[in-house]
Amino acid sequence: MAKYIAKRVALAIVTLLVLTSVVFVLVRLMPGDPFSSDKMTPEIKANLEAYYGLDKPLAEQYITYMKNVLHGDLGYSMKYESQTVNRIIADSFPYSADLGIRSLCFALFFGLILGIVAALNRGKKLDFVCILIAIIGTSIPDFIMGSVLQYFFGIKWQILPVAQYTSFKHTILPSIAVGFYTLASISRLMRSSMLEVVSSDYTKTARAKGLSDFRITFKHQIRNAITPIITIMGPTVASVLTGTFVIEALFAIPGMGKHYVDSINMADYTLVLGMTIFYGAFLIVSILIVDILYGIVDPRIRLSGKKR
Amino acid sequence: MENLLEVKNLQFSFRTYGGVVKAVRDVSFEVRPGEILGIVGESGCGKSVTSQCLMRLNPEPPGFFEGGEILYKGKDVLKMNKKELRQFRGKEISYIFQDPMTSLNPTMRIGKQIEEVFVGRKGMSAAEKKAKALEILKMVGISDGERRYKQYPHELSGGMKQRVMIAIALVGSPSIVIADEPTTSLDVTIEAQILDVLKNLQKTLGTSIILITHDLGVIAKLCDRVLVMYGGKIVERGSVDEIFYDTAHPYTKGLMHSIAKLDTAKGQKLQPIEGTPPDLFAPPKGCPFAARCEYCMEICKDMPPQTYELSKEHETCCWLQHEYAPDTDMRKKVTEKGEV
Amino acid sequence: MAEITKEQFKVVGKNTKTMESISRPNIGYWQDAWRRIRKNKIAFFSLCLIGLYVLMAIFVPMFSKYDIATQSVAEMNQSFSKAHWFGTDSLGRDLWVRAWSGARVSLTIGFAASIINAIVGSIMGGISGFYGGKIDMVIQRVVDVLYGIPSLIVTILLMVVVGNGVHCLILAMCCVGWIGGCRFVRGEVLKLRESDFVSAAKILGVPDIVIIVKHILPNIMGLIITNLTMAIPGAIFQEAFLSYIGLGIKPPNCSWGVLAKDGIAQLRIHPYQVFVPAFLICTTMLALNLLGDGLRDAFDPKLRGTE
Repeated sequence: MAKYIAKRVALAIVTLLVLTSVVFVLVRLMPGDPFSSDKMTPEIKANLEAYYGLDKPLAEQYITYMKNVLHGDLGYSMKYESQTVNRIIADSFPYSADLGIRSLCFALFFGLILGIVAALNRGKKLDFVCILIAIIGTSIPDFIMGSVLQYFFGIKWQILPVAQYTSFKHTILPSIAVGFYTLASISRLMRSSMLEVVSSDYTKTARAKGLSDFRITFKHQIRNAITPIITIMGPTVASVLTGTFVIEALFAIPGMGKHYVDSINMADYTLVLGMTIFYGAFLIVSILIVDILYGIVDPRIRLSGKKR
Repeated sequence: MENLLEVKNLQFSFRTYGGVVKAVRDVSFEVRPGEILGIVGESGCGKSVTSQCLMRLNPEPPGFFEGGEILYKGKDVLKMNKKELRQFRGKEISYIFQDPMTSLNPTMRIGKQIEEVFVGRKGMSAAEKKAKALEILKMVGISDGERRYKQYPHELSGGMKQRVMIAIALVGSPSIVIADEPTTSLDVTIEAQILDVLKNLQKTLGTSIILITHDLGVIAKLCDRVLVMYGGKIVERGSVDEIFYDTAHPYTKGLMHSIAKLDTAKGQKLQPIEGTPPDLFAPPKGCPFAARCEYCMEICKDMPPQTYELSKEHETCCWLQHEYAPDTDMRKKVTEKGEV
Repeated sequence: MAEITKEQFKVVGKNTKTMESISRPNIGYWQDAWRRIRKNKIAFFSLCLIGLYVLMAIFVPMFSKYDIATQSVAEMNQSFSKAHWFGTDSLGRDLWVRAWSGARVSLTIGFAASIINAIVGSIMGGISGFYGGKIDMVIQRVVDVLYGIPSLIVTILLMVVVGNGVHCLILAMCCVGWIGGCRFVRGEVLKLRESDFVSAAKILGVPDIVIIVKHILPNIMGLIITNLTMAIPGAIFQEAFLSYIGLGIKPPNCSWGVLAKDGIAQLRIHPYQVFVPAFLICTTMLALNLLGDGLRDAFDPKLRGTE
């Protein structure tokens, strides 16, 4: 297990290094000079030049930049005067994290239930309904889901608020909008994984022991069926995160996604790059955590230190 | 001696997209206390389905009983409700599956999987359960039980896993254990060990065993009585000696000729049974073996054969025993039992 | 039971004709897959719907009397009418023609990006899996690292750098999109390389290229096509997403993502402007998903020959 974790951590560090280097190169490749746009005030310009050391040779710039990044310093915004990227992230991240966790919980909870129910009722009407929800769910992009929800629940029926993020009621629609796609894909995966487990030999053994259906499902089947779900949790976290981008803009939630989209539209490159590094690091670390978690759930990996 | 289990005219089928597969067609037999009953036949002849019927392990649906009854100590298994079935499975009859590699839950510790048989049994403490599990592990020949108890299946070898499967089957002290080709997926050396374990346990515990196999060698070594199945039917039954030395069905004869024996002369070829078993989507209306049978007669293709009693134990289901049939080496002295 | 007569007991012996008979007809792999796709009503209907959308995308903008850019103050925000089948948007542009021009862009990007990804991924994965050794190690390290970086982030960054437009979008999506296909094809090729029929071919001295073309490719082709079909909705979604956050297609050109973005701005008053692109995006993705499911079943060797 220790070997496995060490390997995964090393890979994550390399990935992070590559990501930051790529970001550095891309900054230099930006069309035009991102540091001399007309939006720039002298004060910001001074900050930027001090931060990036633009007058120094490229190699030195790279070292300065990496040093800053390693110290967790992501630089200054080009748009907001004397705002550091760190400050903006610190202000907005809690909103995004809240929305992300809510939608992830929503998707996991209902996705797993849907998948299990479908598999246990294979070929019956309930199964058909679950499949239908799943396949529709995977065919609706989140921003369309969000606007449809807004239209019906917010505008037409006036049940739930369509903007802001101040109370539980405000969180319902955005969480559903972000989580629905994930819910659908989890339920599809869980269904097929459960079907495999239901027809497995060890399920037969459990039945031959005279265990109740309830116990077989909960003690034997779910634990085994859930492992593939854990393997996709990394990409799932990523997709939830990208979901928050548009949904935050759509629901006027002051989270990171909204800032990100805004900064792209306002060509605030330093903010885009800073946030990109943050997102990248965040995702790489969450995927790392998921992988380690996977090792804990599946004893075959825990002991051999290998995947499958 | 009273029979532990009586199976009468059992018929079991599966509904599939292609139609109804008649997997078990009118099978009757009985299991006596303390005996080892062998069921032999090639793949797809219905031996596993038949034995799983005894515990209602076949998925229903798509499977369903078309008729018959299974009496365990006088009680009909087919009429049991869910709760009665739970009390019955693993405690009265238990099952050892073919492939130990996939038959153990990979995410549960060995000890836990053995103890699970006692779930729902009242008045048993955790310590007692553990003691039982360790005791049974020792009985199936697993030496360092304490360590194995905490391990996961993938840490065990194939032979070890099958021992654990046997432990699971025996820990509830059932009166019948069904062993479904328990050694097929194991090495030959391990096979002998596993068979020894089974035989010893049967002796010490007095359990009856239904041993399913396609290996006549295993049958000869272990069994008291044998059922020969073909195409979802029992074609011949009898004591081991009768089956081996007094073969009365062409299919059984074919099986005998297709295995190597010590006295097989050098250069003499083994004779396989040519052809493939019948498609049970549409079973032939006559004898299922007719198409592959070297003795096949006109009547075999048109009419299912009657059962002929050759001795107290020995029965065969073949037209060759009919009084009109030509004299062949299959011909035995018979008393007609009536049509089936 | 009928009378039993002595004549019936004539020995006829083994029937060599029927004992080995195989009742099922012999049918080729592709033939069988095509037959099953046609039999699968849902998948076949999906295929037809996608075909219809493609045709509409080609022909509607060619023959319409409106074009995508002409604005008309007199005809702003009109609902569905005879003149404007899908209504008009906030600038008075005809949505019917814009929807199908958008389909051109969205479908082109979806198909092109997925096909390029599939081809590049298959080649890389194939080389990596078939030859193994050092090449495999190098490719796999690259893949491992790239896989760890969220693809959308990279795509966004690239879009910021290379600018807007269809080609840029496809390029940006392809920079990281091939990873998934590569991993998957490598796994399959590794499995096949160890298989007995490939070993047999090698022992017989069949050259590598023939083994790849004759033995390996036919066996993974079905899976690649299925994966490709499943990847197209993802690409269409990515285009819509990028356009939505302002990085994709720039006005006056449009794609479904742009239309959805414009529509959402009008959601409170003129919801139909969202529903048109939303309907098109969702039905396309639905059809492709269903087709992918159907293809997966059609190519599944375990289900071969069954109904």
